[in-house]
Amino acid sequence: MKLIASLGAWAVAFVARLGQSFLFLLRALLGAARALPRFSLVVEQLYAIGVLTLLIIVVSGLFVGMVLGLQGYYQLVNFSAESSLGLVVALFLVRELGPVLAALLFAGRAGSALTAEIGLMKATDQLSAMEMMAVDPMARVIGPRFIAGLIAMPLLAALLSAVGVLGGYLIGHGQFGVDSGVYWSSMQNGVDLVDDVLNGVIKSLVFGFVITWVALFEGYAAPPTSEGVSRATTRTVVASSLAVLGGDYILTALMFGGL
Amino acid sequence: MHSPAPGFFDNPMVEATDIHFSFGQRPIYSGLNMVIPRGKITVILGPSGCGKSTFLSLVGGRLRPGSGGLLFDGAPIPPPGSNRLFEMRRKMGMLFQSSALLTDLSVFDNVAFPLREQTDLPEELIRIVVLLKLEMVGLRGARDLMPAELSGGMQRRVALARAIALDPDMVMYDEPFVGLDPISMGVIVKLIRELNDALGLTSIVVTHDVSEGRDIADYLYLLGDGKTIGHGSPEEMTDSDLPQVKQFMGGLPDGPVGFHYPAADYWADLSQPSP
Repeated sequence: MKLIASLGAWAVAFVARLGQSFLFLLRALLGAARALPRFSLVVEQLYAIGVLTLLIIVVSGLFVGMVLGLQGYYQLVNFSAESSLGLVVALFLVRELGPVLAALLFAGRAGSALTAEIGLMKATDQLSAMEMMAVDPMARVIGPRFIAGLIAMPLLAALLSAVGVLGGYLIGHGQFGVDSGVYWSSMQNGVDLVDDVLNGVIKSLVFGFVITWVALFEGYAAPPTSEGVSRATTRTVVASSLAVLGGDYILTALMFGGL
Repeated sequence: MHSPAPGFFDNPMVEATDIHFSFGQRPIYSGLNMVIPRGKITVILGPSGCGKSTFLSLVGGRLRPGSGGLLFDGAPIPPPGSNRLFEMRRKMGMLFQSSALLTDLSVFDNVAFPLREQTDLPEELIRIVVLLKLEMVGLRGARDLMPAELSGGMQRRVALARAIALDPDMVMYDEPFVGLDPISMGVIVKLIRELNDALGLTSIVVTHDVSEGRDIADYLYLLGDGKTIGHGSPEEMTDSDLPQVKQFMGGLPDGPVGFHYPAADYWADLSQPSP
């Protein structure tokens, strides 16, 4: 009986929190619309969210591309198909690894930072002080961060894919001697702008939307204590990572068939 | 005993009538009545957790009373619509206990923040206004420092400069003396009085510091049990015969406000086996 009661309580709390997060999303979107005319606020956040995430994206992209080059070459050479290395590396990165890996790194680096920042602003009354100065935190704080998250995520995913392709080239051409022209031309011939690149961009846009929403909501709803902010930060990384991985399957199935 | 002069409560700045308010299941006010006179410093005293700061949140429209009437400058709080609420808040300044300075902005930019957000003043004029406000609190020389580089007392003075940046009609102070050394406390007391008189403000000071509150107040309210348990001029409150007022103003550890949190019988509790 107790188990059923706790399950019921958990379900009610879950649905209530979901409702709160959707209401928050509505307010955040309205705030974003009001923040657009003041684009300098968005640019500030693009630096904090995007530029400061560049290093981890570039380094990860390079190593992932190198591993793909290595693994891809070892498999393809068995079928004398090493000339397709560029295509394999590019498709893996543009369709899947680029958006997904960039999203996971974005959630860990920028998402957690957003939650902690908003949570601490709330805990130290900075958001309340803005309200008392007749400044709406939704338009001044949340909105610019939301737009910046939406812009930064696809750019970071594209960068990760581009650096990954270079990493694959370094291994394929530099270590195994795959012809440079073959590496690039196989990619040029096999990668479709709409089916592959555009779908990857759509994925990264959706992931950017979800991660920024989760991160901002968790920060805004965090209890104003050190423990509350710490838990909210953890929840951001866990929830947005799971959302990215689950969402990736749904989006892939929708885009490439399967649903 | 000095009673307020006739006309003291005419045209009050804030009027609370029979306010009821709860945080979830926990009642805070059960019929609170309070009148904040215009142009004066009103100090709200009371033990921790009695709802002193909640009153400021209600006046600022950050919380909504469960029932009862609350008026600011004759208009109901909160007014319908967020635009009108923000319009009303432009007439109020607030000093938070934590100072609530924006940590990514310098002292100058913190004071300039409400001016940049709420006015179309050119930067040259904003600079002059900010320097004027910082001069009032004695921190013009600290304009380029970041909040983390300031002491607690200096942070509170910067927050005070920010609170008066838009020349409000009323300033609310939430525990302005907490955590300050005697010199900083003296500075804040002097500033509250000087700013109130020089700028023609109405001030509400929430504190549990009896001696500073009594020194600075034109009128005092003592909150407890969800309502006002005493009010009057500092002299009237000091000389009050009401047991709760006497206990609080005298800082007595036991009295009508018990020292012990409600609990089961002491001996019965001790003889219980440990769980």
